[in-house]
Amino acid sequence: MKLRHYLLPLLTLLLGAASGCREDELVVPTEYEIIGDEYRDGGIRGFYLVNEGNMGSNKCTLDYYDYYTGLYSRNFYAERNPDVIKELGDVGNDIGIYGSKLYVVVNCSHKVEVLDAHSGIRLGQVDIPNCRYVRFHRGRAYVSSYVGPVLIDPNAPKGAVYEIDTLSLAVTRKVSVGYQPEEMEVVDDYMYVANSGGYRAPEYDNTVSVIQMVDFKQVQQIPVGINLHRLKKDRYDKLWVTSRGDYQYRPSRLYVMQKKPGYNQMVVTDTIPVACSNMAFYGDYMYYYATEWNNYTASNTVIYGIIDVRTKEIISDSFIKDGSEKDITIPYGIAVHPETGDIFVTDAKNYVSSGTLYCFSSDGYKKWSVRTGDIPAHITFLVK
Amino acid sequence: MKLFRTAGLLRHLKYFFIIATLLYVGFTVEVMGVQPADTLSRQLDEIVVTARKPNEDIIPAQTLSGDELHRLNSNSVADALRYFSGVQVKDYGGVGGIKTVNIRSMGTNHTGVVYDGVELGNAQNGQIDLGQFSLDNIEAISLYNGQKSEILQPAKDFGSAGTIYMRTRTPVLREGESYHARATMRAGSFDLLNPSALIELRLSRRVTASLSAEWVNSSGKYKFRYRRVNPAGELAYDTTAVRQNGDINATRLELNTYGSLPNGSWTAKVYNYNSERGVPGAIVNNVWRRGERIWDTNSFMQGQYTGYFGRFSTLNTFKYAFYRTHYVNNDDKQVKIDNLYKQKEVYISSANEYKITGRWRASAGYDFLWNSLDADVYGFVKPDRISQFLSVATALDLDRFKMQASALGTFIHDRIKGQQAPADRHVLSPAVYMNGYPLSNRDFSIRVFYKKSFRMPTFNDLYYADMGNSQLSPERVTQYNVGLLYDHTASSSFITAARVSADAYYNRVKDKIVAYPKGQQFRWTMLNLGLVDIRGVDLTGLITLNPWNDLYLTLRGQYTFQRAIDITNPADNYYRDQIPYIPRHSGAAVANAQWRGWSLNYSWIYVGERYNQQENIRYNYTQPWYTSDISVSKDFTIREVSLRGLLEINNLLSQDYDVILNYPMPKRNYRFTLTVEI
Repeated sequence: MKLRHYLLPLLTLLLGAASGCREDELVVPTEYEIIGDEYRDGGIRGFYLVNEGNMGSNKCTLDYYDYYTGLYSRNFYAERNPDVIKELGDVGNDIGIYGSKLYVVVNCSHKVEVLDAHSGIRLGQVDIPNCRYVRFHRGRAYVSSYVGPVLIDPNAPKGAVYEIDTLSLAVTRKVSVGYQPEEMEVVDDYMYVANSGGYRAPEYDNTVSVIQMVDFKQVQQIPVGINLHRLKKDRYDKLWVTSRGDYQYRPSRLYVMQKKPGYNQMVVTDTIPVACSNMAFYGDYMYYYATEWNNYTASNTVIYGIIDVRTKEIISDSFIKDGSEKDITIPYGIAVHPETGDIFVTDAKNYVSSGTLYCFSSDGYKKWSVRTGDIPAHITFLVK
Repeated sequence: MKLFRTAGLLRHLKYFFIIATLLYVGFTVEVMGVQPADTLSRQLDEIVVTARKPNEDIIPAQTLSGDELHRLNSNSVADALRYFSGVQVKDYGGVGGIKTVNIRSMGTNHTGVVYDGVELGNAQNGQIDLGQFSLDNIEAISLYNGQKSEILQPAKDFGSAGTIYMRTRTPVLREGESYHARATMRAGSFDLLNPSALIELRLSRRVTASLSAEWVNSSGKYKFRYRRVNPAGELAYDTTAVRQNGDINATRLELNTYGSLPNGSWTAKVYNYNSERGVPGAIVNNVWRRGERIWDTNSFMQGQYTGYFGRFSTLNTFKYAFYRTHYVNNDDKQVKIDNLYKQKEVYISSANEYKITGRWRASAGYDFLWNSLDADVYGFVKPDRISQFLSVATALDLDRFKMQASALGTFIHDRIKGQQAPADRHVLSPAVYMNGYPLSNRDFSIRVFYKKSFRMPTFNDLYYADMGNSQLSPERVTQYNVGLLYDHTASSSFITAARVSADAYYNRVKDKIVAYPKGQQFRWTMLNLGLVDIRGVDLTGLITLNPWNDLYLTLRGQYTFQRAIDITNPADNYYRDQIPYIPRHSGAAVANAQWRGWSLNYSWIYVGERYNQQENIRYNYTQPWYTSDISVSKDFTIREVSLRGLLEINNLLSQDYDVILNYPMPKRNYRFTLTVEI
């Protein structure tokens, strides 16, 4: 009887706290920002940027900039594909466009997400364990993966490159390469894969695997440097390979590989003493940034340099001319617009908050910047 | 008489409406009602024969004890702590999931956890997993902001920014009784099987012992659900899955002996916890199962001697601990990991108090602590640490006014293998506690405290692979607290007890140790970078009513307001944003009715909206959650045997929520407990 008197206040109490009530969990909507950097004459429609997101956060997101409208769309995957459970996934690692399809490599979700390159609508996914980078060649996509078939030593499995048919999106072949392979590139029907061996520290791998594409077999492993990461070709089919070093005694380095005239074999011809972290090509120039940690000052030293790929000489150690490099905490991605030569640099900040994408004109002045998702990293341009 | 009671009730209703209105306005008040620790000490007085009554705390703790604690639908100590104000529990879900606590937003590493008088340590990462401590043998849990305001305590106890004291059951043997035994069986959702037993023996007139054993086995499997709608209100996806790899198989063995001496008492404990657990991991796109497993063996022995000799009292403690953690990652898609970590700890403490006059006491204490960590990880530097603590404290009791002042000096020396060790560190932590009764009847009191404390960088912060930074300095915290307490008890009236407290505080965390990006792709180091400004209000309330004969109603609640903002650098995206996982509003309410051996308990926990990363943006928004738990228990006796049956339903409304992003919590779940005592 008396208990009833208390029900009302109790109910009020519950209601009161319910002012901060749960609502239906919404698919996170896309955010748009007007950048206004319109460019309609050339063959480039826009670009995609994949934000990696910190491991376990499931915050790999996709941003898109459209040169027609001058609009930057932040996190548009979930809105375009609302019915995909748990969205794009955990830790994006690479992005690429081939034909009409966009491929996003989502490392910790162990899959390559395939979208329509113009609409961003999902076409399917290819499950590849611990996948890293994607490249294309003759109607096929190739994805490097840390996990190859378990052969001799189950505790140290070698990595692999998976071949995907871009029409059926099925894995057609795979080949075992070195330990923990990263970037790769195809030159004259041979694929070159940078092996890191990152899981085996301190016994890093130091080789570039050579895969003969017809039989899809590893035919050679060329020793280059420890803990290899980037491997990109310039317009003269030279390979530019980076070594991350061991973060302690052996510094990060940049190597150049090319074929001797009359031979089909790539050999290391130059070692350039820069701690190159990432690079992008534009004509005869290679834009790169190099980040080095100094234990003594407890700070990073960053160089934004240019190398002439013909002479392999550093022609500038600062492609940013207006001092805005001071605003960049940790550069994490670089790309150059293939037509205008605009340089894009991403800042991953502290890895657990929104990053920033900077656009610099080819002469090194900041044009604009925009807030991105967490750890903005990889950019690919969309051709009309 | 009856008229009088009705009038009382009306007055009372009015009071309730005021509170309810306040709540509605959003300034949610109230609740809690945690028993002062001194009441408990008084109870224990009757059991442990000590030569004199322990001194009362200057600022009483929030305490949950006895039957009340065991009716609270709690699986572990961490669950019970949710009923304390100012506390946030990080819960990764399930029976075996890691659970850590954060007091007043200062960070888990600032929380001291004391088990039967001796602090638990983890030099590796500084965090104590409270999910490992079952409530089975716990008699009381107390939370002290700052320190326990008592001066006869180990020097180290003056150090933490907030401290949780867990006390196990002391043998209760009546005159002439030579033994006492209890057996409990719990079973429920997640395939839980949890039998435990306790035997208490009188070994001699002055010595008693207890042996407590427990086994927990659970598959950790539970259903969870993720559901999203698009802004138009249409269903985007709705999926229910079963949590995998969250199994646990654990045993706990604990042997205690208690002795009384003509001038004091002693206790000794041997403790062993053994577990194998799956680590369920984050649920992300395309990944619903992981392959990580952890084996823990935590063993320690400790002893404590208290002596009273006239004006002089002494408290001496010894502990040796060995923790072994074996971590394996079996996931075929990831790097294989198989690491063994071993931690050792030796602790010796002596605290001594001298009563200068009847109202004025002073104490001095010295602790020696040695920690080591060994791991079969490449390049591991095998650190060990010698910490020395020297405390001086004084307490003044002027009847209506009490105060305590203490200072703790900490001296830390690290050694590492094959490299030059960082320089020794020393830190001074002063604290002042005051309490006054402005009214003569002592129902009402005002309290104030100020404390400076720090946390040492852990072995992981300093020496972990290439992430650690051996140059780190301690992370510092300053706390200011002002509070009011109204505490009224009357044994025979409609309201048998009423208690309301309110505390406002300001904390500042300086040189906060944060991960900072380093060098090339995705590598970190630790730096003393952060600066956090915390302002909060803790409210607690308790009321016990006796509306009719044997019917007792207890309502208690707590409300916590916290504004904890990051003020490190105005250039950061998250400058002045609320720090991750700290809700602005949180609270709990408990209603309990007891009638002739029956007990009905309803509890409600609310955690407001928070952000799962530093930036307070939509992408990092985490919804509020609130769960209702109910339990019914009945005590009865068959001849000499007393029994209790307890049925608990947790998450009654089956809310689908995450405490930590991507770590889904269980839907509605059940547990049944049968306890037999002879």
